[in-house]
Amino acid sequence: MSVLDAKIPLGPLSEKWSNHKNGIDLVNPANKRGLEIIVVGTGLAGGSAAATLAELGYNVSAFCFQDSPRRAHSVAAQGGINAAKNYKGDGDSVYRLFYDTIKGGDYRSREANVYRLAEVSSNIIDQCVAQGVPFAREYGGLLDNRSFGGVQVSRTFYAKGQTGQQLLLGVYSAMNRQIARGKIRMFNRHEMLDVVLVNGKARGIISRNLVTGAIDRHAAHAVVIASGGYGNLFYLSTYAMGSNASAAWKAHKRGAFLANPCFNQIHPTAIPVGGPNQSKLTLMSESLRNDGRIWVPKDLEDAKALREGRKNPNDIAEEDRDYYLERQYPAFGNLVPRDVASRAAKERCDAGYGVNVTGQAVYLDFASSIERMGKERARTKGLDGSDAALIERLGQEAIQGKYGNLFQMYEKIMDLNPYETPMMIYPTTHYTMGGLWVDYNLMTTVPGLYAIGEANFSDHGANRLGASALMQGLADGYFILPYTIGDYLSKDIGTGKVSTDTSEFEKAESQVRERISQLIGNQGSRPVDYFHKKLGAIMWQHCGIDRNEEGLKTAMEDIRSVRAEFWEDVIVPGTAEEFNEELAKAGRLADFLELAELYAKDALCREESCGAHMREEHRGPEGEALRDDSEFAHVAAWEYKGRPGEAELHKEKLVYENIEMKQRSYK
Amino acid sequence: MKLTLKIWRQKNSQQIGKLVEYALNDVNPDDSFLEMLDTLNYDLIVKGENPIAFDHDCREGICGMCSLFINGRPHGPDTGIATCQLHMRRFNDGDTIYIEPFRATAFPVIKDLVVDRSAFDRVQEAGGYISVNTSGNPQEANTLPIEKSLADAAFDAATCIGCGACVAACKNASAVLFVSAKVSQFALLPQGKVEASERVANMVKQMDLEGFGSCTNTGACEIECPKGISLENIARMNREYLKTNLGG
Ligand SMILES: Cc1cc2nc3c(=O)[nH]c(=O)nc-3n(C[C@H](O)[C@H](O)[C@H](O)COP(=O)(O)OP(=O)(O)OC[C@H]3O[C@@H](n4cnc5c(N)ncnc54)[C@H](O)[C@@H]3O)c2cc1C
Ligand code: SF4
Ligand code: FES
Repeated sequence: MSVLDAKIPLGPLSEKWSNHKNGIDLVNPANKRGLEIIVVGTGLAGGSAAATLAELGYNVSAFCFQDSPRRAHSVAAQGGINAAKNYKGDGDSVYRLFYDTIKGGDYRSREANVYRLAEVSSNIIDQCVAQGVPFAREYGGLLDNRSFGGVQVSRTFYAKGQTGQQLLLGVYSAMNRQIARGKIRMFNRHEMLDVVLVNGKARGIISRNLVTGAIDRHAAHAVVIASGGYGNLFYLSTYAMGSNASAAWKAHKRGAFLANPCFNQIHPTAIPVGGPNQSKLTLMSESLRNDGRIWVPKDLEDAKALREGRKNPNDIAEEDRDYYLERQYPAFGNLVPRDVASRAAKERCDAGYGVNVTGQAVYLDFASSIERMGKERARTKGLDGSDAALIERLGQEAIQGKYGNLFQMYEKIMDLNPYETPMMIYPTTHYTMGGLWVDYNLMTTVPGLYAIGEANFSDHGANRLGASALMQGLADGYFILPYTIGDYLSKDIGTGKVSTDTSEFEKAESQVRERISQLIGNQGSRPVDYFHKKLGAIMWQHCGIDRNEEGLKTAMEDIRSVRAEFWEDVIVPGTAEEFNEELAKAGRLADFLELAELYAKDALCREESCGAHMREEHRGPEGEALRDDSEFAHVAAWEYKGRPGEAELHKEKLVYENIEMKQRSYK
Repeated sequence: MKLTLKIWRQKNSQQIGKLVEYALNDVNPDDSFLEMLDTLNYDLIVKGENPIAFDHDCREGICGMCSLFINGRPHGPDTGIATCQLHMRRFNDGDTIYIEPFRATAFPVIKDLVVDRSAFDRVQEAGGYISVNTSGNPQEANTLPIEKSLADAAFDAATCIGCGACVAACKNASAVLFVSAKVSQFALLPQGKVEASERVANMVKQMDLEGFGSCTNTGACEIECPKGISLENIARMNREYLKTNLGG
């Protein structure tokens, strides 16, 4: 497999998906009952796929490592989900959503896929409402929406700050209906440890029961990977602790190409790192940037005093503050896209202006919004506009109405009152745009092996718009995969039951067992977390917001040496036949330590700056990202060749027929 | 901070557990409770001992995976938060802290502080959904206007994270707050009305089958619920349930 065929249907963009669906081979209901599908992951992508496939009549086995599908990482999404409904009449359309997504991704995603995503987006909202997802509503009873993430139209549907949870509960309820019917067999607390190929096709997986340690074989006619993103490479991130790349990485090692691994979105507004034991960074919703102004002191001495606690932010006079986003990007100000805001924060902190103990934080200040809103309220209520205390109180109330739960969350974590003193924020890893390469049918380069949701690379290009990941996960699971997988399976109806008693399953199982015993038996001296933190530090230093050739080369070496050290010196207590979180963690980290090297290599090969990826060598005179469309308008798809760093590069050329490629500018 | 921890250690569901004491000398007050346990586990592993098993995932109060009974209260001394959002600054230097698993017959212990809450899943499978096809073509969302106050109330009920603190807090280990939250969400929305009777009957039946106790209106559940799910939901569920009986 060296020619990458994206299988994009012919015809005009707006008709591709309809034409393709019309031409797809169908499986009749009686035959569906004889077909088995494995779905790894029950977040929005996997859960919606499992429910829909089961409803169509296939027999589905679904896997997740948590104790219930309702806890998949999708549950944490805060802001909302996009759909081109044009309810506000502000000119939104399928084309506009398509356009914004392609531009936001800095022209590194596939037109046909993105158009289809925009096209099915409004069905998603219909579907979720029918399932009882309690979206925010206006007083007239119709659905409300808001604008989000630097987009000029209001197309984001939301359920307070818990959109992900509500959508996931909708998916979970659809799954429950199929579990009750016996059409989904749910394997909670099970982890996929390998995918099994028979005659070149994906035919099953090997899993470990996380409670008993039992290693099991599961056979199927097709396997769907919906295991989420790999941002936990960085150790500290907004991801859940268990989020991991193992399923995707194992698929890669079995022949599935991995695309654009270095495309990683850094979110600008997370709560910063406070101390050495920190295990996770909590996201503060992007919506805060609508009313908060970002600054650091102008004076290095002030910054030092703030770090040492000798001054507090309110001691810094207005004229001594540097509102650097407003200064550098007057047109967009604090609302520049995520990558621009993240990079600017890191640049200021690296230059010594960071304001917290670790020197890695900037202020997000609501004081002027509090004043503005307070005055507005005083005016509308006919109260005294010169009473500063009153204005302050009214303004705080207004802010509380909008962001109360986020402010409370911040106060709990930081023990600081953000109404009185500005919030501290810092960028962190949040979403990985790279993932398993898939064609238009969402199939990987391994026949019968599919990838959906954050686990695949498609649709977001080099950067993702806010509120688009939820949309993509549900589009893949509810509306795309259920069609396209039928096309493949229609050729498989004569196959009959797939047996697990074959040499392929035997071999894969013994490899899994061997690796587990290698980990358990290791006579090392350091726990898994020690190595994970080490990996995270390398990634953040060399593979995060800014990258350069030298740093990436160093990173590749450093990753290799941490990997070697890990296998020599890791200690995994307990046994393999019990509930053993350290063992599970060790296996996940071992895969991260391999994937990380490919990540760095991919970043090294991409000699341009695009989207969230900034190569220092490729910047314009004012520090802006310089894309190179003549050399790099392609998807970098890597084929495993025995060692992570020796993967072979295949390029899928990206052709833009409907959109002109422009330089992104926010000046 | 110096702390003494008394932690429930139990090898697996078959063996009997006991409280084991750990002395910590250098706890950072800014660490979260789970980070404090991470640090303890790190040291235990280095010493060649078995770390303490506890459930967690998102660490931001939304997945419902973390549990822990801390000084006799599910999710610890703070109100309105899950265990992962609790910080060590809420304790005093020199404190002794008791850490135990959520206890209920329907939540068997898997290991140490980890319990099996899959009974909740089975209750949901019994009817916690609207029977709408995912592959069909549902109607345009805005053809079904929903009064804002009802949508908001449904949302409030739907914020339950399925953590089980209500069960752990209840002297009868009743799951009524949890079940009522789900029943309420659907009872409030027009989409859920058609099968409302069947839903509540089936979910309540499954709840009983799982071995959850009955509700004696003590209200401990509401106090300990990290998401502020209110007792009103129980009243609403009882009304819904009554309707099913009256309807035969
Ligand atoms: C804090 C936060 C806020 C966000 N806010 C938004 C937002 O407002 N809007 C938006 O569009 N996006 C948002 N995102 C991004 C979005 O939530 C995710 O990209 C999306 O939910 C991913 O869904 P998924 O189904 O692909 O994967 P996940 O939800 O991560 O699900 C992965 C599944 O795979 C399972 N799994 C993983 N590995 C294995 C294995 N080896 N074996 C078995 N099972 C396995 C897990 O158990 C889980 O069920 C946010 C992300 C974060 C972290
Ligand atoms: S009702 Fe509250 S305490 Fe009970 S499971 Fe739901 S969130 Fe947890
Ligand atoms: S770990 Fe998710 S709620 Fe606590």
